[in-house]
Amino acid sequence: MSPTPTAAPAIELIGIDKKFGAVHANKNINLTVAKGSIHGIIGENGAGKSTLMSILYGFYHADAGSIRINGQNTVIQDSQAAISAGIGMVHQHFMLVENFSVLENVILGVEGGALLGRGVSDARSALKRLEADYGLEVDPDAIIEELPVGLQQRVEILKALYRGAEILILDEPTGVLTPAEADHLFKILGVLRDQGKTIVLITHKLREIMAITDTVSVMRRGEMVATRRTTETTVEELAELMVGRRVLLRVEKGPAAPSDVVLSVRNLTVKDGRGVTMVDNVSFDVRAGEVVGIAGVAGNGQSELLEAITGIRKPASGEILIHGKPVTGFDSARLRALGLGHIPEDRHHMGLVLGFEESENSVLGYHRDSRYGRGPLLDLDACREDAKAKIEKYDIRPPNCRLKTANFSGGNQQKIVVAREIERDPALLVVGQPTRGVDIGAIEFIHRRLIAMRDAGKAVLLVSVELDEIRSLSDRILVMFAGRVVGEKTPDTGEQTLGLMMAGIAA
Amino acid sequence: MENLDLISILGSTIRLSIPLIFTALAGLFTERAGVFDIGLEGKMLFSAFAAAVAAFMTGSPWLGLLAGITVSVLISLIHGFASITNRGNQIVSGVAINFLASGLTAVLGQAWFSQGGRTPPLAASARFTEIVFPYAAELRDTGFLGRFYANIISGHNILTYLAFLAVPASWWVLYRTRFGLRLRAVGENPGAVDTAGISVTFLRYRATICAGILCGFAGTYLSIAQSAGFVKDMSAGKGYIALAALIFAKWRPVPVMLACLLFGFLDAFANFMQGKSVPGIGEVPVQIFQALPYVLTCVLLAGFIGVARPPKAGGVPYVKER
Repeated sequence: MSPTPTAAPAIELIGIDKKFGAVHANKNINLTVAKGSIHGIIGENGAGKSTLMSILYGFYHADAGSIRINGQNTVIQDSQAAISAGIGMVHQHFMLVENFSVLENVILGVEGGALLGRGVSDARSALKRLEADYGLEVDPDAIIEELPVGLQQRVEILKALYRGAEILILDEPTGVLTPAEADHLFKILGVLRDQGKTIVLITHKLREIMAITDTVSVMRRGEMVATRRTTETTVEELAELMVGRRVLLRVEKGPAAPSDVVLSVRNLTVKDGRGVTMVDNVSFDVRAGEVVGIAGVAGNGQSELLEAITGIRKPASGEILIHGKPVTGFDSARLRALGLGHIPEDRHHMGLVLGFEESENSVLGYHRDSRYGRGPLLDLDACREDAKAKIEKYDIRPPNCRLKTANFSGGNQQKIVVAREIERDPALLVVGQPTRGVDIGAIEFIHRRLIAMRDAGKAVLLVSVELDEIRSLSDRILVMFAGRVVGEKTPDTGEQTLGLMMAGIAA
Repeated sequence: MENLDLISILGSTIRLSIPLIFTALAGLFTERAGVFDIGLEGKMLFSAFAAAVAAFMTGSPWLGLLAGITVSVLISLIHGFASITNRGNQIVSGVAINFLASGLTAVLGQAWFSQGGRTPPLAASARFTEIVFPYAAELRDTGFLGRFYANIISGHNILTYLAFLAVPASWWVLYRTRFGLRLRAVGENPGAVDTAGISVTFLRYRATICAGILCGFAGTYLSIAQSAGFVKDMSAGKGYIALAALIFAKWRPVPVMLACLLFGFLDAFANFMQGKSVPGIGEVPVQIFQALPYVLTCVLLAGFIGVARPPKAGGVPYVKER
């Protein structure tokens, strides 16, 4: 479907400029999006994509520049103005009220009168029509928190369409979806485009851009660096434009040389706080000198498995052995003393204290070590020297160990955690989502570090929801579904096969 | 336990529950909108003082009520200004209001009337007095039902009946109106409200104003319906009990009423048991009964009666994410 050349562009952004304090988030941005097309905006974290779209949606005000919608100059003061200009947005973190029904979420803000009675029944029939028109079935009376994320996202799309959106902005829509759900979303987007809607897709995943967009714009450090027709560009060119230098998208690594078993998990069963079995009778080994990847859609027990292995959650039954020694039920301090390193899934929740200085986070968890102090006292100079060495070695930017950790970008925060855990030289490294919310340059760096650990004869257990990451780093892949390991595959297994296993369909 | 006079205990249960019901419903509005309101106690005290002063000056209970509501709404707006507009800590703002109320009402009372922080006693015409229903006097001595009619159904002041009307009214506003839908949404996910093009700030202010009005009724009830004037610290922790009832009721209107009635009953029972001895145990200290609402709430919070899930965005000032 090529866009009609005669019609006025759906969106024209002219000279958009926005500063947050010292941060120049958008520098004189110009962007034109043709009506009835899918336009991708790609860039690393912090490149200014989300800011730009938030300006278009009236969430922020640009310091300078103007917006034209369908050829008309339009002032977008707030989201209400954006909605009446026919712009809808699907946010990365869904803007849904979780204990409301689908219907209540859809009508919020457009209730059709001070009393709910009639507006609600009108909305119900309008929703039925939309669902039929675009293949977006969802039960209007279902409660949001009981729906899977894929359906929650569908509700977000319905919300926008119900408000009469002609332009739909999607901010990182596939981050929380399974490959199958993502494919389904792309189909829906295709249908929407064919019905004349204009779609702006913000993402940092190159594959998605190539798969469904008609045109693509690349942002880097607040600037719009290029716009291309998708058919006339390549993944390599886009990656280079994003980062500003050539990037290796696939980690280069030799064959693994696995030796002794370091981690043994035997018939492990783990329950979550509500008593629901999340890990169900799982057994596997990880040997020195190999990376074992655990693939699966988020929420299939990987988090609980990691928590059990790293001593954060007590398993309900089963056994964990490190170097053949039973360590089931040990706390994390004892496990660390036995040579376990842990890069947690969520650096904000577990890996870092964001209000601390970089140097403090750099020793956290090992702060009782004699290198960093004596008795109850910390040797701050030693901590800072140590932090400086890590900053140097891991290229953490800005190179200032006294800066509050919250002020580092996601990629650099992750490098702080990676540096802390790897520099302890653990025999077993347990890694969860090592590159979530991390930009391409830092992904490349972290991946190379993990492979270097493997080549140095360490055992690495990797959990990730990014199938690409699992396939490019692992020597063996275990697929988890509903708390069980449903199969073991080699890394050259096709994405489709793994995707089906992750969905619990084929073994 | 001789002379366990159920009717008179139930009658005083109702009288003691009314300020709790108004106040807990006030808390329901703010907290469902995501603004914690520990200052209920202070608002109640301020409005009790204002109502007593106005009723004394004008001789009209209705002008007293108006004054009580006005002052309470103004205090709510201060809480809103601190915690919504300036994104201050909602607990700190509420506690400050409570201290201010306790001190300022006593000081002003002393300065204006020189009666030790009290306001002068009110004449019956300046108070909300009991409304006696038809035939109440005749039915008083005709068995249990008659006494029930005379003492429980009849014989309360107008504010009591309004409190019981406020319960279904609050339910209707929260669950059957656009305002209620948005209010409940803003307490769960203000981002959803903001992106729907609705002002989070304005919505939360309106919720605190609703709370101010309801607290105005509660304070007015204390000083010019239940008593005949303002006494220093006469709210006596009812604002906190109301908060406990709100949590106990898991932030829902009808259970709020039931929880308030339960806590009112405990209070009435404590009064009844004062100085009486329980066979085999002896005299039970009244403090044990007074502690029960808090103990029950703690038991609830510890998860014995199910999970009390507060509004998700409660206590968190809304800042647009960057």
